[in-house]
Amino acid sequence: MVTIQKYVRAQSLEEAYTLNQNKKNRIIGGMLWTRLGRGSVGTAIDLCDLGLDRIEETEEEFSIGAMVTLRDIEVHEGLNAYAGHAVADAVKDIVGVQFRNMATVGGSIWGRFGFSDVLTVFLALDSYVELYRGGIVPLEEFANMKPDRDILVRLIVKKTPCRIIYSSVRNQRTDFPVLSCAVSHMNGEYRASIGARPGRAVLLRRESADDFPEFAAENVPVGGNMRGSAAYRTHLIKVLTERSLQGLRGE
Amino acid sequence: MEIKLKLNGRNITASVESDTVLLDFLREKGCLSVKRGCDTSNCGLCTVLMDGKPVLSCSALAVRADGHEIYTLEGLQEEASDFVGFIADQGADQCGFCNPGFVMNTIALLRENPDPTDDEIRAFLAGNLCRCSGYDGQLRGIRNYLNSKKG
Repeated sequence: MVTIQKYVRAQSLEEAYTLNQNKKNRIIGGMLWTRLGRGSVGTAIDLCDLGLDRIEETEEEFSIGAMVTLRDIEVHEGLNAYAGHAVADAVKDIVGVQFRNMATVGGSIWGRFGFSDVLTVFLALDSYVELYRGGIVPLEEFANMKPDRDILVRLIVKKTPCRIIYSSVRNQRTDFPVLSCAVSHMNGEYRASIGARPGRAVLLRRESADDFPEFAAENVPVGGNMRGSAAYRTHLIKVLTERSLQGLRGE
Repeated sequence: MEIKLKLNGRNITASVESDTVLLDFLREKGCLSVKRGCDTSNCGLCTVLMDGKPVLSCSALAVRADGHEIYTLEGLQEEASDFVGFIADQGADQCGFCNPGFVMNTIALLRENPDPTDDEIRAFLAGNLCRCSGYDGQLRGIRNYLNSKKG
């Protein structure tokens, strides 16, 4: 388990950013993943005093602070009304309520974990991240960036009219997904976000839904691990994408 | 570092290391219902309420409890006594090891949703693992308790 030499509740983002430039220090989210690591953290930098634990909704967007928990987005009426319950569907099987009361959106997105249901679902929406120094970056671009010493301040989800379906396959209800899939239709374009490949989620776009399942199965790189083989994942991509498109058509 | 919190209704001040987890701190304070199970945030055995919300004390830093209110089963025995007999009647607590976590999370469930469906009970308690029972006993016990309240 990781050891921590010092704990600081940052009183400003500038203080957190300055502390975080030392490679021995680390921003902490829910501590669920960080704690399972090895080694020593010089200073654990906590953002809990910075008011980033709120979801703010305007006519144009949802602004989700980095310290908002997965349970918060699971039960947020506005977000789930906009996304057709897809956000709740994406997080509902992540371990348990207690875990989701601790895991943060900022930690989940910043980690760009391969198994992340959170990254998968928000990639299929019109999403952006606000970085303290890097400014506002499309989530798709952020997902491909290498980790640096910046701070993820919030996740922004634009209220672009859209329909979205989230699904995943798990060997056991609260396990990591074998494959996660979010398919949306917005701005006349179909999007398929495929996660747990087992690498981090990737986003595909297509104007037509006709051959999207086959296209996704052929073009999403997959691998095998203890949860499923590469061939099984390729098969699941086709099946989940097709089912999601059927759902979008109301079938 | 020094932390101030309310534990089971009492204000306390304590000195903790930066990486002391809440579970160890609470056990040092005599709250022995809080137990270490998987130690990987998966089993729910160490569940406590922080500001009314169930969290995993094996993974929460004790320093994060500073300024907050923590309840363990020691402080909620009266509320728990309403329904634990119904669970025991079903033989759901065979070895009893997982019970404190189940009871704490059931309290959180019933506060949030006083009349849950069976599926809502299963979903809320999905993060509590039991290696004896197969979960039906807990479900039946909670269902019987809810039915008894309706007369």
